[in-house]
Amino acid sequence: MRVVSGLRRGETLSREELRELQLVRLKALLVRVYERVPFYRRKMDEAGVKPEDIRSLEDIRHLPFTTKEDLRENYPFGLFAVPLKDVVRIHASSGTTGKPTVVGYTRRDLNLWAELVARIVRMAGVGRGDVAQVCFSYALFTGGFGLHAGLERVGATVVPAAAGNTERHVRLMQDFGTTVLVGTPSYILHIAEVARQMGVDPRRLKVRKALCGAEPWSEGMRAEIERTWGIEAYDNYGLSEIIGPGVAGECLERQGLHINEDHFLVEVIDPNTGEPLPVGEKGELVFTTLTKEALPLIRYRTRDLSRLLPGPCPCGRTTIRMERVMGRTDDMLIIRGVNVFPSQIEEVITSIPGLAPHYQIIVDRKGYLDELEVQVELAQEGFTGSYEDLESLEEAVRHRLQSILSITPKVKLLEYGSLTRSTGKAKRVIDRRRGGEG
Amino acid sequence: MSVKQISVFLENKSGRLAAVARLLASRGINIRALSIADTSDFGILRLIVDRPEEAYRALKEEGFTVSLTDVLAVAVPDRPGGLAPALEALSEANLNIEYLYAFVARHADQALVLLKVDDRERAVKVLEEAGFKVPSPEEIYSL
Ligand SMILES: [Zn+2]
Repeated sequence: MRVVSGLRRGETLSREELRELQLVRLKALLVRVYERVPFYRRKMDEAGVKPEDIRSLEDIRHLPFTTKEDLRENYPFGLFAVPLKDVVRIHASSGTTGKPTVVGYTRRDLNLWAELVARIVRMAGVGRGDVAQVCFSYALFTGGFGLHAGLERVGATVVPAAAGNTERHVRLMQDFGTTVLVGTPSYILHIAEVARQMGVDPRRLKVRKALCGAEPWSEGMRAEIERTWGIEAYDNYGLSEIIGPGVAGECLERQGLHINEDHFLVEVIDPNTGEPLPVGEKGELVFTTLTKEALPLIRYRTRDLSRLLPGPCPCGRTTIRMERVMGRTDDMLIIRGVNVFPSQIEEVITSIPGLAPHYQIIVDRKGYLDELEVQVELAQEGFTGSYEDLESLEEAVRHRLQSILSITPKVKLLEYGSLTRSTGKAKRVIDRRRGGEG
Repeated sequence: MSVKQISVFLENKSGRLAAVARLLASRGINIRALSIADTSDFGILRLIVDRPEEAYRALKEEGFTVSLTDVLAVAVPDRPGGLAPALEALSEANLNIEYLYAFVARHADQALVLLKVDDRERAVKVLEEAGFKVPSPEEIYSL
């Protein structure tokens, strides 16, 4: 029998109680960082703001932003608010350009982290009695350890299989009766592929749910995962700078991700001007960690684009929800002046029968013009043997992409299995305009 | 009277065609006829083999993007203009030919041609009424 325990107090406060709690925590946080982190003291002094100037949650807009560059420039521990001896864990995110960003946790931070991930796990209806197989990497990346701790806390039987060795994943699922898979959406889909190659029908395994995170994905991808595995897939959101996974997650309603607002204050800003946007408008997510000890962040710019969805949720939680992240400002491609997100292309690909959800986007420049090429694999069952069917498939992709992007892309069909599969975050974009793979 | 043809989707990158041939050879499967339709980006390899179901499974297991299609074989006199009356008969009956290709080997004094048509059963009748022999699948596989 599965036991999924109830909601936590922080998830069901009235909006007024929540705002009061947030303000108390924000004020205490500002005093703490002003005293302990020279970086914040300098930035606040430069902006002419003292902790006591912040009297309401709205006043937060007077505080300067913190960015990934700030973390890099203060590499490795410059933004820590506690001495290193009080830090019991360090994680880091890989830097594709330059230094990695380093994050630290005190013992209390680790406890909080596990509690917040546990909330996300319960939201998705996972609990005691579930056998949860973690397919994230357990290393400097926060995904593996984060989900692991939260799953243990709800009493699930945790299998720390980690990313890679995909055939072993399938065997473990068979032998242990795994009911929940945890990983990136692209890797979870790939495991199904390997299962089939091994003669195992993913739909006949005991898996019933997947907790997907750590990369942007589309509704179409969700449908593909659910169809392939015969399961329900839930989205969760987090980033290592804020705490790792555990920032927000989908409840059973799956109408947006509840943000753990009692610990993270969220804003949505215009990424170009930095101005806060009205609730409901799409922009960049900005978080302030209200309770974290080792690495508190004030108005941290996530570069993730989403919007807030106010209003009550039938699940009973009062915390605000955010829409699934449509992409990162870093991932956004500007092609002939048009903003293009890989997730938009994925949405088109996953909506056309006959194609596999494995694709690559190649941007190049011919003369003065940007060119977009979309390479996509045929589904194994999608090939009829007819030349005309392939041509109309290509035409369908071209046409649908053109109607949403206003650029006519070149479409190239690939053999099933042609693209390299990733065990972590899938690499979808090759931008040759920058003179290298980006 | 349908002959099972194997179609393999191939990206235009070197070695893919050879990989198909090598795989079939390793299973002792003989290729009876083949054709390749290609563009700059991809090609479709069409094969007639002695054991089509087995070849299909082997290719699929190896990860090839493959399908089985029903086609029609017809024997025509092996001389200039031998094919024309067969095509005319089909055309007069309003039957569309998606593609056709010939066997490598001859069959007695006849050349064998494979046709993908939209209405196979009617095409068989039309060809036989026009005096052409339509060999059975068994005859084709065992050539
Ligand atoms: Zn809810």
